[in-house]
Amino acid sequence: MKQKYSFKGALISNLVPIVFLAFAAFAVPMSGLSIQYLLEEMITRLARDSLLVLSLIIPVLAGMGLNFGMVLGAMAGQIGLVLVVDWGIGGMPALLVAALVGTPISIGLGYFCGYILNLAKGREMVTSYIIGFFMNGAYQFLLLYCMGSIIPISNPELLLSRGYGIRNSMDLPNIRQVLDRLVSVNIFGMNIPIVTFAVIAAFCVFIVWFKGTKIGQDMRAVGRNRAVANGAGIPVEKTRIMAIIISTLIACYGQIVSLQNLGTINTYNSHEQVGIFSIAALLVGGATAENASIVNVFLGVFLFHLMFVVSPMAGKNLLGDAQLGEYFRVFVSYGIIAVSLLLHAWKKRHEMLERRLLENSVKE
Amino acid sequence: MKNEDRKPKGRVGEFIANFGWPRIIIAIFLLLLFVIAPFIGIDIGTSLSDMLVRVGMNGILVLAMVPMIQSGCGLNFGLPLGIIAGLVGAVTSMEQNWQGLFGFGMALLLAIPLAVVLGIIYGYFINMAKGDEMMIGTYVGFSIVAFMSMMWLRLPYKNPLLVWGFSGTGLRTTISLNGFWMKVLDNFLAIRIGAHFFFPTGSFIFFALCCVLVWAFFKTKTGIAMSAVGSNPQFARAHGVSVDRMRIISVVISTVLGAVGMVVYEQSYGFIQLYMGPLYMAFPAVAAILLGGATINSATISNVVIGTFLFQGILTMTPSVINGMLKTDMAEVIRILVSNGMILYALTRKGKGMPK
Repeated sequence: MKQKYSFKGALISNLVPIVFLAFAAFAVPMSGLSIQYLLEEMITRLARDSLLVLSLIIPVLAGMGLNFGMVLGAMAGQIGLVLVVDWGIGGMPALLVAALVGTPISIGLGYFCGYILNLAKGREMVTSYIIGFFMNGAYQFLLLYCMGSIIPISNPELLLSRGYGIRNSMDLPNIRQVLDRLVSVNIFGMNIPIVTFAVIAAFCVFIVWFKGTKIGQDMRAVGRNRAVANGAGIPVEKTRIMAIIISTLIACYGQIVSLQNLGTINTYNSHEQVGIFSIAALLVGGATAENASIVNVFLGVFLFHLMFVVSPMAGKNLLGDAQLGEYFRVFVSYGIIAVSLLLHAWKKRHEMLERRLLENSVKE
Repeated sequence: MKNEDRKPKGRVGEFIANFGWPRIIIAIFLLLLFVIAPFIGIDIGTSLSDMLVRVGMNGILVLAMVPMIQSGCGLNFGLPLGIIAGLVGAVTSMEQNWQGLFGFGMALLLAIPLAVVLGIIYGYFINMAKGDEMMIGTYVGFSIVAFMSMMWLRLPYKNPLLVWGFSGTGLRTTISLNGFWMKVLDNFLAIRIGAHFFFPTGSFIFFALCCVLVWAFFKTKTGIAMSAVGSNPQFARAHGVSVDRMRIISVVISTVLGAVGMVVYEQSYGFIQLYMGPLYMAFPAVAAILLGGATINSATISNVVIGTFLFQGILTMTPSVINGMLKTDMAEVIRILVSNGMILYALTRKGKGMPK
């Protein structure tokens, strides 16, 4: 009986990656794109987005669900980059300084986010989602009205023509791919950004190490059961705030890595989609709101971006309309979050009912 | 925690307790804006009519929050489902070149059955995901908007006023209602005083009618059972009420109200926005009802009315006053901060958690 149930459970929790694999098997030949091109794209995108998705793991461990508030970290990273461009720093130092500027901002924002989430226990996901929107307002206020008026910006090219406020988009010529190109190896005509992957690997090691530390164990305990953890003397609220701060920090570095790859910032849009895409990617990789591992991250980024690259072309070849493929991929990224949250909630309830039945029969 | 959940819930007491500081601050802020306005050369008559038109335009969308909140399903972030039904109704009515009040009525008639079907499906989702309704609702809403974006391109609409001129297929992003049923409700028995003041009587009558219907519904046996499901599911179940069925009914009513609200919105706005247009439309409605004093598990008609007036008042007055004073357009930022701040405030109120 137990065997059968866990098999069903395993099937349900892996349903999302299975569906995506099936979709990829169908859409890749339809798109007519070469394997070489796709592999190259996947390597670029893995380097670009893995760190952002990694930032989601720690809050899941602490039982806080998918941290939509990671966009706060992305905002901090962008503030760092804007200032670095203004100060005229280029190359690797620019990235380091941007990270240095982003760090205290991320810690502050992470503390704020964690504090609010402690007031909304049991509704962390939707609350963190709204915090993202709310802070987006604050971010716009800071960059659109304060920079260049209250906060001095010396480079006039960054400012809007009215004299204050950062422009909508800017190039990062001295920062573009500095990390990717620092050491890169060419294999079969594909450039592999060794240092970027090394940074990502370092954060993976950090996460694995962190899970084993005292704080990491506390987090897991808090995630399992807050009341029990509290009884065991673990400072529940502090631990939860810590989880969000770490997530925000990794997201900040992730956004810096991601933007150095792209080479441009859309000052008011770059961060907005980051939360949605990262969370969709993680879920596509087979994670749930209660369980996420490093494997989920890489599998997810790979499958999600494969779909991303392939679907406009597949849509065009199949239906004669690229716009349709474009909407299709938006539909899939939202739909996948809806479906996996739904499956997960349903599974959780199913388990709870089963447990209650079991308890009742034991009592009788 | 447990004791806090079971506070005595007298109607008056609860209303006063819910009239917390954010509402008072916002109300004072709005009043201040109206006081300042004449000094910087803004016509009060115009501002007031702008606000009234927008209240009539958005009121029913805010009302669509009430049934789901009352049945314990939380804030209806899945409002886009109703909105989509309203869009399909409107576009289909226009395809037939139906005009005036008849066209408006037909749009409603076409939208409502679709809203019922979508509502039933959405209701099943909501029941699958007890405790996570709001997150699921958000993404079910987003998904259907994206799905319908594909459909707008493909559905066989032919009216040249609706589809792209050169290809002859695919609905336009923005469709004007001019010549169809633009402002049929707004202009119905409308009162004009002077050059600037305009009162959209028809929209207000319609809004009031919907409010009365919802209010009356919550006095019926089904309505009372629904509120019971929201405030204490165990108690409701013990009295032989099917919790899941009540929740589905509440979702259907919310979705139908969303559809009706959207058709009313369109006639007043004068344009139909398709594709990604309706993506975030649930958020202002959610913010408005919370601003009116609702919480995530209790809402009344007065919350709807007060909230819509306050929220739309802020939306109309801040741009004009702030632009007049500071010569910058900070309205968007203020809108983001106020509406999301309001939602955050409601989500973090202690002892107002959903029963586990």
